[in-house]
Amino acid sequence: MNQMNRINGQPLGGAHGTGVPRPGQVNRLAGGQIDHAKTLTFRFDGKSFQGHPGDTLASALLANGVRLMGRSFKYHRPRGPLTSGSEEPNALVELRSGARQEPNTRATVAELFDGLEATSQNRWPSLSFDAMAINDRLSTFLTAGFYYKTFMWPKAFWEKLYEPIIRRAAGLGSLSMETDPDLYDKGFLHADLLVVGSGAAGLAAALTAGRTGAQVILAEEDFLFGGRLIAESYRLGAGSGADWAAAAIAELASLPNVRLMSRTTVIGAFEHGITGAVERVSDHLAQPAAGKPRQILWRIYAKRTLLCAGAIERPIPFENNDRPGILLAGAIRAYANRWAATPGKTVAIFTNNDDGLRTATDLMDKGVSVAAVIDTRPEGKTLAGTTHLKGATVIDSAGRLGLTGITVRLGTGETRQIACTALGVSGGWNPNVHLTCHQRGRPVWDAKIAAFVPGADLPPGMSVAGAAMGDLTTSGALASGAAGAVAALDALGITAKTADLPEAEDAPVNVTPFWYVKHGKGRAWIDQQNDVTVKDVKLAHQEGYRSVEHLKRYTTLGMATDQGKTSNMAGLAVMAELTSKSIPATGTTIFRPPYTPVPIATFAGRSAGKDFRPVRQTPSHKWAAEQGAVFVEVGMWKRTQWLPRPGETHWRQSVDREVLATRNSVGICDVTTLGKIDVQGTDAAEFLNRVYANPFAKLAVGKVRYGLMLREDGMAMDDGTTARLAEDHFVTTTTTANAVGVYRHMEFCRQCLWPDLDVQIISTTEAWAQFSVAGPNARKLLQKIVDPEHDISNEAFPYMACGEITVCGGLRARLFRISFSGELAYEIAVPTRYGDGLIRAMVEAGKQYDAVVYGTEALGVMRIEKGHAAGNELNGTTTARNLGMAGMVSKKKDAIGSTLSEREGLNRGDVLALVGFRPVDRSRPLVAGSHFINVGAEATAANDQGYMTSVAFSPNLGHSVGLGFLKSGGARKGETLRAVNPLNNEEVEVEVVSAHFIDPEGDRLRA
Amino acid sequence: MIINHPLLGPRDSQEFIYLGDANLIERPDWQAANAVETFHDYLYLRDNPAGEHRELWYHEQGDRSWLVVTRNTVTHEISKVELARDVARSKGRSK
Amino acid sequence: MPDHSLAPLLPLGGATPRRDTFAGLTITENPDVAIASVACRMGRDADLAKAAAALFGAALPGPGQMAAKGDWALFWTGPGQWMATAPFATHEDISRIVKAGLGDAASVTEQTDAWVRFDIDGARAPDMFERLCILDTRRMAAGSANRTMIEHLGAFVLCHRAGEAFSVLGPRSAAASLHHALVAAATSAI
Repeated sequence: MNQMNRINGQPLGGAHGTGVPRPGQVNRLAGGQIDHAKTLTFRFDGKSFQGHPGDTLASALLANGVRLMGRSFKYHRPRGPLTSGSEEPNALVELRSGARQEPNTRATVAELFDGLEATSQNRWPSLSFDAMAINDRLSTFLTAGFYYKTFMWPKAFWEKLYEPIIRRAAGLGSLSMETDPDLYDKGFLHADLLVVGSGAAGLAAALTAGRTGAQVILAEEDFLFGGRLIAESYRLGAGSGADWAAAAIAELASLPNVRLMSRTTVIGAFEHGITGAVERVSDHLAQPAAGKPRQILWRIYAKRTLLCAGAIERPIPFENNDRPGILLAGAIRAYANRWAATPGKTVAIFTNNDDGLRTATDLMDKGVSVAAVIDTRPEGKTLAGTTHLKGATVIDSAGRLGLTGITVRLGTGETRQIACTALGVSGGWNPNVHLTCHQRGRPVWDAKIAAFVPGADLPPGMSVAGAAMGDLTTSGALASGAAGAVAALDALGITAKTADLPEAEDAPVNVTPFWYVKHGKGRAWIDQQNDVTVKDVKLAHQEGYRSVEHLKRYTTLGMATDQGKTSNMAGLAVMAELTSKSIPATGTTIFRPPYTPVPIATFAGRSAGKDFRPVRQTPSHKWAAEQGAVFVEVGMWKRTQWLPRPGETHWRQSVDREVLATRNSVGICDVTTLGKIDVQGTDAAEFLNRVYANPFAKLAVGKVRYGLMLREDGMAMDDGTTARLAEDHFVTTTTTANAVGVYRHMEFCRQCLWPDLDVQIISTTEAWAQFSVAGPNARKLLQKIVDPEHDISNEAFPYMACGEITVCGGLRARLFRISFSGELAYEIAVPTRYGDGLIRAMVEAGKQYDAVVYGTEALGVMRIEKGHAAGNELNGTTTARNLGMAGMVSKKKDAIGSTLSEREGLNRGDVLALVGFRPVDRSRPLVAGSHFINVGAEATAANDQGYMTSVAFSPNLGHSVGLGFLKSGGARKGETLRAVNPLNNEEVEVEVVSAHFIDPEGDRLRA
Repeated sequence: MIINHPLLGPRDSQEFIYLGDANLIERPDWQAANAVETFHDYLYLRDNPAGEHRELWYHEQGDRSWLVVTRNTVTHEISKVELARDVARSKGRSK
Repeated sequence: MPDHSLAPLLPLGGATPRRDTFAGLTITENPDVAIASVACRMGRDADLAKAAAALFGAALPGPGQMAAKGDWALFWTGPGQWMATAPFATHEDISRIVKAGLGDAASVTEQTDAWVRFDIDGARAPDMFERLCILDTRRMAAGSANRTMIEHLGAFVLCHRAGEAFSVLGPRSAAASLHHALVAAATSAI
């Protein structure tokens, strides 16, 4: 998995090719970190181009003479790349086509592959002619706060008029509207030290740490390791920066304790030193290999993190500073040195620091003509080989779809036109403090480099080295990276020796702050991604939005995919000037995760589509699937909902048949999903006595009892049956939905409330396959299954009996005589692996009784017919009294919820009570959720009498039946009410009846 | 977040379920004359400190221990992690 | 062994245990293990320790640990709680066997069919695990036993030999989902 700096197996660092011109690649230079010997073909806006392995989409397009790559967000201004990295605000494209189309990817980091397809965004009909560029002419109206001011009224216009227009005109890329066909993984990594970034500081740190044997992860956002070392021309020791980086990576790759991760962006620093990283495994391929993910979201547990994320250059805004061909000077240098490409044959440089001069020198060394260096500083050394204009500024530019020239104001005040097709701008470098802010760290101002550097309040475990800490020289970065690793490991008790570091340049940047050019009435762009200008900041100031946070939200400065990495400083500087405050007094830049945009699919990982969550299958699943069962999701379980038979075309036919067959003969239902908790110990009975509202202490061995579990506030939490298998051994059941919550609650009671009770619990839900066998012939069927030595006659095994038995010739099993349907019924359990065999055996044994297997629908119909409460009734707002079980709440003992059940408000005379309902017109269906209103009363909330919780069509009675809560319900039997459903504007007259529609005396279940 | 489990060492908070204020351990006496009031206060009245907070976490995807975690609600710094059973006993809870 | 007429079904539903092979990794469904939980009765630690040593031939392991001797293997699952495992063929009725040996010093519950067990063998095992769970399987010592989360499911990860031999025990009802998770992660990593 270790990846060295190689492209197609070729070690990098040496010169490739000879710079022989290739068709189309008019701006291709010699050398660099690309493989000139191999050609890749790609398409941009339908046109075919060629590039080389090692290119990004942006470098390849620049080499092909293409500077125009997109249109701006609001004004549809023609734009080209500003940068050569992930901080890019402009060159956003759609990559690929079909279902794999991905909007808003940065051309500057899109690794070129053969067959890559890219399309420009936010333009119509074409990039060079964009009809929406009319917005640019309307810019007077589209300034900061435009949306807030314009779209306030009338309200109706917003949805019908403004929103559709804006949605069409603004915004960036488009979605494919197809399902993403690719896989995304999540993973977890552990390390002593995570080094973020592999430039001079990161490599020095990784070498220093790696050589100690400590577990080290080196994460690099780029597809090549080396950071600026592979983008610069200066020497490190005897060789180039790229040579040194390649040697360092080769050594690190040989260390088993070092994990090298390229194409991996650390996106966030979270609590307690956890970091998140996205590895782009397959983004550089046309499509991922089978079974391989496109991206992996890693959660990294590193004891220490050393941030070596470098610095980001900042532009100097001037009028019309956004034309394609105007880039950051360091980016032009990187394109020339690393990617052997130049945005133009004649380049000018606009700088306020010595780093800009370095770009001019490198370009001239590469044979690119440098028309002039415009230097804001009046003094300083003079660069040879070009026209070095001191005390000068660029005040305007020309060229509709790409730069053709600039206007310069000299120190003397005169202006001069200079023809050039590219301009490199350098306003100094900002340490890349992004991750240091993720735990509310605030950067601090460093006047020496006129930039913010990380403050003292770093995320736990994090330290910072190199340019990210403000060490802007190579030698400084190397030294601080090595020292950072030594210090980080020392905190872990690991002694490290600083790696031997090569000699490297240590020239100061000599930056003189110069934030923007104050000239002209036109627009000087600060945030090119959001089309925010100097004027917009001034407008925000004028209208009182002066705090940095207000400025950001009012103008949208610093929002969207680049989070203002290149623009926040200029915005702050302009505001500082307007408020006559210093920059640090005005505010700081603050960043939040993620560092770069992350596809939602990556956060979802494997939890998508049918793998959204695990599926739990019942023991009868295989059998039921063979029978063509319809399944329903109940939590993670898939349960049989009903089992259609040939000829049945409507679910009601199947469900009615299952209900009638069960009530008339016998039916079988898989009830394994009910939670089963094994409760043991000498205090087990006392424990149950306290977690259930009703008493359990005197339950006899071999007997089962219904239990009502309350929350401490007196609301019903769950219900189920508990069987006493031995003096100190119970098996309690929970509803399917509450199995996990009840278990957690019992653990809370056991550990936190009564820590010395001798009670042990464990879930046995999965261990036993459990089936309900219900109906008048249930016993006859089971007598064919249960081994004959176990007497299950009514006398020997009455209602609410339980016991351990054997079935089918000796298999251990459990039998409970309990009933949810109201019929003579049993639940029988065998070890899960035999559940499939048991249901087949029971179906076979039941043939002579026309036994059915019924699903959850029939189960529901029968429990409603019987008036048994279920989830609809135990809905978190109902008390034992509401449920008609007030008498079960024992006042003679302490139980969870019993005290607060006595609250006055819960015991008023007219509290809701569970009763049954049937339609006056028996042919009409009932609707759950309907509210009860007295006849003649207006259907208002004030007149509300209660609500319907459960309804079903009873095939036994031939009409719909319902359960519901009604004020003073117990005393209102025989009354007629209206069940009102305001959602459909429907109502049905209903009669209040007993909730026990079937066998109210309970004769059947005792039969 | 990482919770330093007293038995298992540092574990990711993803494995835990949060319940709330550790005062829930101190369940009142049901036989007291004003039991309804004391239970009401026990269940509903909570401090909401910006700072140190003792709270109950359950290691649901681990060993099912209930823990009392002392966490700074502002910084997330966790200064102490105890088994809730030990805390309950130290508060005089038994059977 | 009971001589009954019901045929067992393997957790993945096949007639024979499922086995998936990758370069440097195999994932094998293992239904041949009987499991019983053991929980110490209040204040009976010393009695249980003695009875367990006699029954299992090994001391009950501490937090995060497992121990094995002969047919028996034990792993810690919580304070005062363990799982005891033994070959299914000879110990199908494991809970009665364990209860008989530990008497009233412990609560014992049959757990055999609550779990699906996958044995993970090969040097690439940590590459798979790091895409599944939080545990640091790369540096996990032999004899470690931890419960954690794998694709939303609570599962035990046992380390038999550091870096190359593990078992995963997950809820039996979700066997197919757990198997899918393991195979998908292995395919992704290898």
